[in-house]
Amino acid sequence: MREQNLVKKWFAGQHKITKSTVSAKEDAEEGNTALLRIVGLKTHLFTSYGVVKPVDDVNLTINKGEALGLVGESGSGKTITGLSIIRLLPRSIARIVAGSIHFMGTDLVSLPEPEMRRLRGRHIAMILQDPLTSLNPVLTIGHQMAEPLREHCVVPSPNLNERIHSLLRMVNIAAPTRCFHSFPHHLSGGMRQRIVGALAFSCMPELIIADEPTTALDATVQANYLRLLKDLQREHKTALLFITHDLGIVAKVCDTIAVMYAGTIVESGSVRNVLENAAHPYTRALLQALPSPFHDVDYLPSIPGQPPTLDSIKAGCAFAPRCDSSFSKCTENAPPEVETEPGHNTRCWLYVQ
Amino acid sequence: MKNNDSLIQKDAGASMLVVEGLTKYFSIQQGILRSRNKRLVHAVENVSFSINKCETLGLVGESGCGKTTIGKLILIIERPTSGNIFFKGSNVEKLKGRPLKNYRRAVQAVFQDPYSSLNPRMKIQDILREPLTVHNVSKDESVSRVRSMLAEVGLQENMADRFPHEFSGGQRQRIAVARALALYPELIVLDEPVSALDVSLRSQIMNLLKELQTKHGHSYLLIAHSMAVIRYMSTKVAVMYLGQTVEYANKSQIFRSALHPYTKALFSAALPVRLDTVDDEEILEGEVPDPADPPSGCRFHTRCPTAREICRIQMPQLQEIEPGHYVACHLHQ
Repeated sequence: MREQNLVKKWFAGQHKITKSTVSAKEDAEEGNTALLRIVGLKTHLFTSYGVVKPVDDVNLTINKGEALGLVGESGSGKTITGLSIIRLLPRSIARIVAGSIHFMGTDLVSLPEPEMRRLRGRHIAMILQDPLTSLNPVLTIGHQMAEPLREHCVVPSPNLNERIHSLLRMVNIAAPTRCFHSFPHHLSGGMRQRIVGALAFSCMPELIIADEPTTALDATVQANYLRLLKDLQREHKTALLFITHDLGIVAKVCDTIAVMYAGTIVESGSVRNVLENAAHPYTRALLQALPSPFHDVDYLPSIPGQPPTLDSIKAGCAFAPRCDSSFSKCTENAPPEVETEPGHNTRCWLYVQ
Repeated sequence: MKNNDSLIQKDAGASMLVVEGLTKYFSIQQGILRSRNKRLVHAVENVSFSINKCETLGLVGESGCGKTTIGKLILIIERPTSGNIFFKGSNVEKLKGRPLKNYRRAVQAVFQDPYSSLNPRMKIQDILREPLTVHNVSKDESVSRVRSMLAEVGLQENMADRFPHEFSGGQRQRIAVARALALYPELIVLDEPVSALDVSLRSQIMNLLKELQTKHGHSYLLIAHSMAVIRYMSTKVAVMYLGQTVEYANKSQIFRSALHPYTKALFSAALPVRLDTVDDEEILEGEVPDPADPPSGCRFHTRCPTAREICRIQMPQLQEIEPGHYVACHLHQ
């Protein structure tokens, strides 16, 4: 009886998914390769202290199968950008007030919640920072891994266990059967994070948002995990939005980069262009301020001051108070986006003709 | 052991702090009856090093390698199971009364998290004055010293009246540095001083620490997990794995010619800043084993790409390969 219901649900689910997304998929394949296009996104928080603007006018494009590194310091709005895409914002205070998020031709901002629910996990998945809190402590790994597969009816239920085992093998779990029956606390941090990775890849989504997935891991475990993530991403041609504060991770994993400062993207382009030929003073200063494990440096030039808190942002360029090449224009108006070389954009008055 | 002893004797003359065969086991009890299953966590095992005046020793390793425990043992927050710590020739373990108080005055600490290391109910001036009161510095002197310390760490004088929550992470870490500095210590234990800070603030704090060292001539014991931070700050480096030192050398030696496979693995795992240094070398499989149940022989053999039969059976001793460069590995014996 239960089996029958599941099969029914499976067909129903299939039908709905086709209805909502297949046409969109075709659009994307025909028109352009942009999988995700964010235009003028503004996500504001309505707190008891007033309106806070963690994401203020963000433009982003991720092509199919591409890895984009979204880099910024804490409070720069990178996580809120990620949560806006998958629409998991704290509903009581956060709202997307302007802009659009086009994903495979559909605007996610106006998509009704039931449709969004079908998209989450199936087409857009998320890997969170702390693997301990993103797994349910009272369910076995096998049980939790079956959830998205069952919910989205990707695999007919008789084949569920087989599929989960192959997913566990995919992320290099040595003893999949033992892991299947384990609880999260039986496993080490690195293993847990690999399981969260397997969960994200379980329905083979088109886009995975990874929010600082390696901050809780040790250096050697992190290196291992990054390589696994990169291999899986290449193999399955999944697009990746990698949210991190570490430019080194971006250099290792990503194809394109977007540097975020105080709620806006100040520079974006291919990793090579941005890291070797940084245009925005913030990116340049950040690159200089990083100590290298491979070179001896006598003195690191540091950026004076500290990143602005979100409620203290004033008119003009948010970086102007810390910028060594700022001039009168910088404190008056926010700079527009300028293309310094093909595909390399920056928001800085220095480049406005 | 022999080699460890020679290491100490050679350094002992000029050294300010000498650590010799330091060992710390923590016992953990499991089961309903407390006596059942008593296990020992081998946090630190037979670690030796020395720190000279004006020097920075970097302790680097992954979580659970015992680097923080070493910091705590030096600060006498924990007592060692065995081994000795000598400060300017006298055994710290045997200090009592006034000499112990003097030792505590000479050795200060800055911790990782500036949010939890400052008392939220105390004003900055009280936080900075507390160590001065404890060590009987006169009132007039302490008022002027609070003022000069704030200036030294780049904070304004009027900030002394505020509470910690009014400051950002970077500023709080500056306050923690000012507090450590207030008694003009000779050694400061820096336990991950920048890892909780934003990227743009890390270089600020590291530069501040280096400037203060040049000015006052104190030494640092820098505990960090990042090779980049260690390279920028240290003059000597000790690489730790599961409670043991696997490599100990001057900075230039370790960064030019690392010998131990674990040190090499830490280098490959280190993240590049520029694209030219991106190359996939050997990446270690697996994770750090449980320190309560360490592997036999060489602690690293379960993950070592070059492990041989002898590594499983016999624990390698720290040996001097070139002057001042010590490695514990069967490949180099």
